Amino acid sequence: MRKTPLTVPLIDQNPITVQILGICSALAVTTAMATALTMSVALIAVLAASSVVISLIRRHIPASIRLVVQITIIASLVIVTDQFLRAYAYEMSQRLSIFVGLIVTNCLVLGRAESFAMRNPVWPSLLDAMGNGLGYALVLLLVAFVRELLGTGALFGFQVLPTIAAGGWFQPLGFMLLAPSAFFIIGGLVWAIRSLHPDQAEPDEFALRTGRQERVR
Amino acid sequence: MIDLFLRTIFEENLALAFFLGICTFLAVSKRVETALGLGLAMIVVQAITVPVNHMIFQGLLIEGAWGWLGLPEVDLSFLKLISFIGVIAAIVQILEMTLDRYAPALHRALGIFLPLITVNCAILGGSLFMVERRMSLPESMVYGLGSGFGWALAIVTFAAIRERLRYADVPQGLRGLGLAFVVTGLMSMGFSAFVGVGLP
Repeated sequence: MRKTPLTVPLIDQNPITVQILGICSALAVTTAMATALTMSVALIAVLAASSVVISLIRRHIPASIRLVVQITIIASLVIVTDQFLRAYAYEMSQRLSIFVGLIVTNCLVLGRAESFAMRNPVWPSLLDAMGNGLGYALVLLLVAFVRELLGTGALFGFQVLPTIAAGGWFQPLGFMLLAPSAFFIIGGLVWAIRSLHPDQAEPDEFALRTGRQERVR
Repeated sequence: MIDLFLRTIFEENLALAFFLGICTFLAVSKRVETALGLGLAMIVVQAITVPVNHMIFQGLLIEGAWGWLGLPEVDLSFLKLISFIGVIAAIVQILEMTLDRYAPALHRALGIFLPLITVNCAILGGSLFMVERRMSLPESMVYGLGSGFGWALAIVTFAAIRERLRYADVPQGLRGLGLAFVVTGLMSMGFSAFVGVGLP
């Protein structure tokens, strides 16, 4: 497959597992697929819009105040998104509580604005934003899939695995709904990706002096 | 009040229970000293910004705040995001200049961390939680101090663990970020063991 700004950030340069950007607001909304999906859509919308806007006016932003300008643009877009959710999906906005607002400080949005949209024309910036947003959404939805399926036996609120309480066989793992499980799942995900793409693994900070070859296998 | 303080440190730890500030948490935790510096900066900034944002929200933004001008139906609370960010950036800037003027030694130690904090989700998250939970002014003071303290505690312990982990023989793919997530998960479990701890 040809690598474009749209496809590279999906796995090779995934914003969450490789660039470590935007985890802050990501994990708290992953207890259910519905919240994760809404959050992803909101983030993609903000990211794409902010990249386009910043890329459009990139020649007019003075270098010394560019961060302020970028944050103001992002914050305005987030406010619009937040108000939109409040108007058309009030219950969902209550469940997401403060996390839509926290897109403002999501390092992913500012990071892409600063490192890509400031230097590139509109179309590549839009593609880059969509790609990064989709990469973010992919991780978010994967984590939410595992957590909701194992935590409640449901997907998008529909019961997939019949629970014992409802006369089935599935015992829900309450642990999956607690905060620590999100860390474990994403840690495992990073491990899996890096085992498949060994070039992404981080080098050892201190190489052991005795070689690994001598170890008994 | 002490109950709220303890709860914000352990049970509702911003980093470990709400995943706030995790980017910085993972990036700046390779050494205990830097983690300590960032933690201290975090406590100071959080303890100042949450009450200040509380006053601004109650005084200027909430519905009816402009009643004394004869505009009781003006509701500016949708502006809270942008004004909180502005307040945080301004306070960080003022703090940096004050430290530079009156405590140069402290400024050298904390200097590089202060700008980082402006875009830290934990700071903004603290202020937004304060609004969402409708805290009073004293409560918001305690909340700011407690949440900053909890975040600092988490990052310092995490950095200490990571310093030891450097010498561990970890599978290739798990090294670095993967292991950091797993350790954070274990710490999160540890902190959640304090749920329900309160003064009798």
